[in-house]
Formats: sequence, C-alpha cells, structure tokens
Amino acid sequence: MSRGVLATEKRGIRELGAEEFVGWDEVTQGVILPSFESELKENVSHIRPEERDYSDFNSYTATVASWRVIKPVYNRDICIDCQNCWVWCPDTSIISRDKQMLGIDYDHCKGCGVCVEVCPTNPKSLLMFGEAEETEDALAKWPEKKKKAK
Amino acid sequence: MAITNIKNLKEFSTANERFEGAHLLCPGCAHSMIVRELMNATDDNLVIASNTGCLEVSTAVYPYTSWDTSWIHIGFENAATAVSGAEAMYKARKRKGTLKDPDAPVKFVAFGGDGSTYDIGFQWLSGAVERGHDFTYICLDNENYANTGGQRSSATPIGAHTSTAQAGRVSYGKKEKKKDLVAIMAAHGAPYVAQLAPNKWKIMAKGFQKALETEGPCFINTVSACTTEWKFDPKDTIHITDLATDTLMFPIYEIINGHELNILYRPKNIIPVEEYLAAQGRYKHLFKPENRHVIEQIQKEINEKWEYLQRREEARV
Ligand SMILES: Cc1ncc(C[n+]2csc(CCOP(=O)(O)OP(=O)(O)O)c2C)c(N)n1
Ligand code: SF4
Ligand code: SF4
Ligand code: SF4
Ligand SMILES: [Mg+2]
Repeated sequence: MSRGVLATEKRGIRELGAEEFVGWDEVTQGVILPSFESELKENVSHIRPEERDYSDFNSYTATVASWRVIKPVYNRDICIDCQNCWVWCPDTSIISRDKQMLGIDYDHCKGCGVCVEVCPTNPKSLLMFGEAEETEDALAKWPEKKKKAK
Repeated sequence: MAITNIKNLKEFSTANERFEGAHLLCPGCAHSMIVRELMNATDDNLVIASNTGCLEVSTAVYPYTSWDTSWIHIGFENAATAVSGAEAMYKARKRKGTLKDPDAPVKFVAFGGDGSTYDIGFQWLSGAVERGHDFTYICLDNENYANTGGQRSSATPIGAHTSTAQAGRVSYGKKEKKKDLVAIMAAHGAPYVAQLAPNKWKIMAKGFQKALETEGPCFINTVSACTTEWKFDPKDTIHITDLATDTLMFPIYEIINGHELNILYRPKNIIPVEEYLAAQGRYKHLFKPENRHVIEQIQKEINEKWEYLQRREEARV
C-alpha cells in the first residue's frame, strides 16, 4: 500500500502501541514532550513539514492507516485546486504546496470521506474505494461527467 | 503582527501546518477542522492550553503529541487558568528583559469543550476574562460531554437525546434550553466575542485573526459537529454544519466591547430547522407525533433569536 505523497523517512513509520518508551506510569507531572529533535532556529510555521526535524514524540511519526476500510483516491486530471479538501480534512492528510493539491497522506488519512463530499468538480476529483484497490484500477473506473437532471 | 493571507482558499492553503495527523479523534471530527483553521490563520508563535475533553485526550496519547507549538495539557477546568498564568509570566519576563527572543510575536490560546466551558470550567474562564489577560478562548461546542460517552451539558439543545437525558416513552430527551454563553461572555465586557462555524472557513479564520490581534480576553464559541454523539455519517460533517448555519440553529455573529453586534453570515435561503434535526440520530424521536411540538418550539425560538440579533445589530447598543 502506498504511503501517499511527500512521505518522509519519519512520517507514519510507527504503529500505535508498538513504540518503545518508558511506561505511562513512569511519566511524572510536569513532564515535557519535545515536538522536534533539536531547538528550532526558525518559527516552525516558516518550515515545511517535510523539512522539519520531528522527534519520536511527534504524532507525525505514527500511523493510523489501519483505521481505514475505505480510502480516498485522487484524480489529478479533473482537479481545479480549489483546496476545499485541504481546508476541511480533519487529519491534516490533504497535501497542498504552492496552492496545488498534490495528493493524500495515507499514513494519517482515516478514510472519513469528508474530502470527497466537499469536492466540487463533476465528476469528483476524489472518490472513495476499498482499501485494497490499486490506484490505477481505481482511476480506470472513474465515472463520466454527470449530466444535470432536468 | 504577521498573519496568514486568507483572501482566498488557495492563499490559505500555503500555510505550513502545525497540527499533525495520527491524533486519535474520530474520523470526520470537527474539532480538528476548527483547530487547523485557527492554527493556519496565523504564523505567530502560539502557547496553547487545552481543557480535558476529546481534543486534549486524543492529541496527547502518550508517547505522542500532535502539537508543533507550545501546548499545555491541564485539568478539565483549567485551560483558561493555565494560559493566563503563562501570559502573566510572559509579560513579567518581557518587562524584566529575560526573554530569549523578546520581539517574536506570541499569542495565548485556550481550547475547551462545551462541558468544560459552559459548565465545569465556567468560573475559571469567567475569572480569567475578568482579570483581563491577553488571550483567546475557543470553545469547541459539540453540545455534549463527548469524551465520556455523551452526557448532556448546559450547551445541549432542548429535545436532543443524550446518555443522561434519554429519549423514550416518558421523555423527549433534554428538557432544558441551551445556555446563551455568547451573551454571558459579552456581558463580561470582553473586547471580542463571537460565534463561528468551520464550514464558513473565511469568516472563521478572519474571526480568529481578529481575536488574536485584539488585546485582552476574547471568547469564541465554535459549532463542532460530533459524528459519534450527534449520530451522522463521518463524511457528512460539513453538510451537517452547513445545515446548522443555514437553519440559523447556529447564527454566526460577533459582539465587540460587549455591545456592538455584527451578524457575519446571512443565509441566502433560510432552511427549516426540521432538515437539520432530521439529519441526526440524536433528534430522531422528535419526529414522532407526540414530540412534534418540540420541533415547533425549536423553530419558534430560532426565529425569535434571529429577530433579536437583527434588532441588536440595527440598534448598535
Ligand atoms: C474535574 C473533572 N471532572 C470530570 C472529568 C472527566 N471528563 C473527562 S473529559 C469529559 C467530557 C468533556 O466534555 P467536553 O468539555 O464537552 O469536551 P468534548 O469531549 O465533548 O470535546 C469529562 C466529564 C475530568 N477529567 N475532570
Ligand atoms: S478521507 Fe478524511 S482523513 Fe482522508 S484525506 Fe479525506 S478528509 Fe482527510
Ligand atoms: S476539493 Fe477536489 S477539486 Fe478541490 S482541490 Fe480537492 S480534489 Fe481538487
Ligand atoms: S466523540 Fe465526537 S468530539 Fe469526540 S472525537 Fe469523536 S466526533 Fe470528535
Ligand atoms: Mg463537548
């Protein structure tokens, strides 16, 4: 299964519960979890995610891909880069850079289907398929433009 | 202050995300949509505190944090307190010249659910606003105690089924009306108070920017559709929120300095509230003949509230 666009060496590499850390009962009040490996030299909102030095404590390094039974597939040919899917994805899983929708982060997408619902094109540029479906097969099954009902 | 360009959605989408995936909120949860819209609306440094609730619990499951900003995990009722303490310390250190980067803009934000905001953390919120700290408090109003199994709160509307106000043979669900917390926070004289919704992303991002820029305590109530407790399909979160704003169940407005009221969104076609209720399992029982009167009452109260908001806006008092 593809991990989706802009996957890095750190993104979504760990299954939840499989981490090796001290137990939660060894954590004391006032403990601090650093989101990054080293102190940032710059405001984090000026660094692109794929260039950040995420620490192992950052949930960026974890995956929830196993939550999905259906997944969104993206069809670039129809997309108008409106960014509806980007703004409303609850799981930061629509990857847009320089005003362009690039694709889906399958490490963090939970398959809710919100992005498909808010996609305005006809036919839609995002559609839900079974988790096991290959992207090429999904794209080959893409529906035709729907005529307006009279 | 440096703020993100939100002229249109394409510009907005160039913001670098500071809220990470693999948090454990339900698929389709609106809490994270609201958090992303806030964090992407600014590139200032943020110090955030969360009350206990779905957002806090799901974004800090040991050993993970989903926050790329300073974020304080605190008790159920204490986000306003924790963040006002951080803000007071920041001001003191700035005065004493002990900050590493005194010129970097920092904003203080607290998130709370409706249970912690309308009910259990209310006096702490009220205190922090009365003391005049420079912070923005955002209530994620999903109208129930979602994280502990959907108990009723004072934000739950009349007629909704919850695990502690059940609909059945002898009851139509919650009997009491929703508390008007927006009015109560405006009555504190807070410089900026608003009610916003994530489907109206531009109005919401603008409101967040306004609150962050305003000096002093600001309060924003946001409608946060909860797929699990409102009982609708996760894919429909934005559709349900559209119905909430377009039936005027959740009117979108701001109140400046406790009195100047501005309506921020006027639906082109006001939809009957029935459509909003019918789309959610928690209102299913209201469609039985013996409960129909509750729907009528809800519609009547929506109409009255809308009339009131419009008159307040006109009167400028
Ligand atoms: C003082 C206190 N009382 C009760 C709880 C248990 N508790 C944890 S989360 C929660 C519900 C939170 O509801 P809400 O604030 O509406 O947030 P939501 O989960 O709905 O987002 C409760 C009752 C607690 N942690 N602390
Ligand atoms: S299915 Fe849901 S989580 Fe996945 S990309 Fe679409 S909106 Fe995001
Ligand atoms: S909502 Fe659809 S058209 Fe808009 S950017 Fe996403 S995929 Fe493209
Ligand atoms: S129970 Fe509701 S508020 Fe909590 S994570 Fe699920 S959808 Fe979100
Ligand atoms: Mg709640």
